[in-house]
Amino acid sequence: MSYIQALNVVKEFGDGEGTFLAVRGIDVSMEQGEFIAIMGESGAGKSTLLSVLGGLLSPTEGKVLIGDVDIYALGTDKLADFRREFMGFIFQSFQLVPYLNVKENVQLPLAVTHHSEKEQDVLAISALERVGLKDKAHRLPNQLSGGEQERVAIARAVVNEPPIVFADEPTGNLDSRNSSEVMKLLKRLNSEGRTIVMVTHSKANAEFADRIIQVSDGVISGEPLFGAETPITLRAAEA
Amino acid sequence: MKLRHIAVNNLRRRKGKMLFLISGLMIGVASIVALMTTTRILADDISDKMEEFGANIVITPQNEGFSLTYGGLNLGGVSFDRKEIFQKDLDAIPTIKNAANIRIVSPKVFGVFEHRGNKVLAVGVDFAQELNLKKWWKITGAKPSGEDQILVGHDAAKRFGLKPGSQFEMAGRTFSVAGVLQGAGSQDDGLVFLALPVAQKLFGKEGKVGMVEVAALCKNCPISDIVGQLSEKIPAAQVTAIQQVVKGRMDTLHSFRQFSLGISALVLLVGSMVVFVTMMSSVTERTREIGIFRAIGFRRSHIMKIILLEAFVVSVIAGVVGYAAGMGATKILISFLAENAPHISFDPVMALGAVFIAVLLGLMASFYPATAAAGMDPSEALRTL
Repeated sequence: MSYIQALNVVKEFGDGEGTFLAVRGIDVSMEQGEFIAIMGESGAGKSTLLSVLGGLLSPTEGKVLIGDVDIYALGTDKLADFRREFMGFIFQSFQLVPYLNVKENVQLPLAVTHHSEKEQDVLAISALERVGLKDKAHRLPNQLSGGEQERVAIARAVVNEPPIVFADEPTGNLDSRNSSEVMKLLKRLNSEGRTIVMVTHSKANAEFADRIIQVSDGVISGEPLFGAETPITLRAAEA
Repeated sequence: MKLRHIAVNNLRRRKGKMLFLISGLMIGVASIVALMTTTRILADDISDKMEEFGANIVITPQNEGFSLTYGGLNLGGVSFDRKEIFQKDLDAIPTIKNAANIRIVSPKVFGVFEHRGNKVLAVGVDFAQELNLKKWWKITGAKPSGEDQILVGHDAAKRFGLKPGSQFEMAGRTFSVAGVLQGAGSQDDGLVFLALPVAQKLFGKEGKVGMVEVAALCKNCPISDIVGQLSEKIPAAQVTAIQQVVKGRMDTLHSFRQFSLGISALVLLVGSMVVFVTMMSSVTERTREIGIFRAIGFRRSHIMKIILLEAFVVSVIAGVVGYAAGMGATKILISFLAENAPHISFDPVMALGAVFIAVLLGLMASFYPATAAAGMDPSEALRTL
């Protein structure tokens, strides 16, 4: 059984005459430990698909299973708990909280857990160490470069050791040098056993992935087939 | 890090917004504190002044019958078994339970005599008590200082051509007019006042009184209690509260309080609206941030806690500062409004009340914004980028 499964997922926005189908019946599966890149034109529905897979946006139709859990059947609070425990998110434009310092931003997912403040400190510093920003723990986000802010966002995504990381255009606002560093970090997280699902425009970034899913006009381009041998799934070169 | 750190850090970072929030609520609380404290002090002041003017209890001899009078016009009536009040009965007045509330006891004895073919009503009074009771009296001349001195009402003086220093014969005895009352449009204008013991002797009513006017401080005690206690102590007397006077005083205070409560409620409403609007705009401004919180696993209740914690912190500060500002404003107001500005000290009940009101309103006004924030869909919130 696949680790992440989207079963006939449809996502419609708006109501009445102003409706818009962003995702039109997608079936997709992902294995544990896979690094998946979702690619497509702007407005193709790739970010919507990522949000639906990540439990952030309930589908109009269809299901998302993670393991054997139908995540949208959990209810709002349990789904929030599930996201906190099993998923990490890296958003476009970093999405750090401007009034919290670097360490506090990284600690955010732990703020509503059973971890004591001391434990939170240890975990946050450890996560910052992994992204090479331990010495900037007390800076505010606006005192960091774009690449550093993205690394803080990565540290926040993995501070509670989730098995899945969703990344939406993680290098969208970075130059090529910083983009490469961020991608290497993601690859390293993947090599530690995490499943990475990343939305990207960049072919260079997609090359870090094990598999590329091409989305076009709300559907997976070509036959929605799964596995490394399918025609639309490209085996990316190892980083 | 705990949720409270997020709330406090947000307030610290958005100092301008926090100050605006605090100001909105603080002005409301300060207005309430100032209005309520000023009203209380002024009400006390007014009440004290009102207590100084006139009687509010009348003690008359008990009369087994009924009188037919209206507006001072005697229409006849039936009277039988009329009892009398003796002056010694009045010694019981200081022994009643609410004796401390009795400010003035002014006994009177009445007599009618003829002067130059005209009938004149003379009233024997204890001048010290009577002058204390009737502070509105304005006297041309001097206050009577001896048993042979009298005070003449404005109309009586006019009728008999009297002025201070004139001699006046009454029931075979000559008196000197010490002073003449300036016209006040009351019954007193037609009367002649003389010392009580002299009047008692002159009218053959030694040891007796016809009526006693009592001024009681009834601010903190029901006047009916005092009436009951006096009736018990002087069984021969009929003790009556002058309802119009008592009710008038109470109505004045009541209106004053109602007015201040109305203004306070209005100011508080405006303060609450300021909090509501500011919290709503703050929530809208923080849509993206709330989206991040929700995405990384904060429950709706966690978001509500953050918003309400912020409101709580702001409200407590607004309550404390509002109390201090309100007391400061009271000091300034009272110096203009009250003749004898009392010392205004720390009132713990008012202070706690101010903080409580601020917190209650702050939380109430923030509840809807907090609910709206908590109800945001994480993906929709992040989409507002």
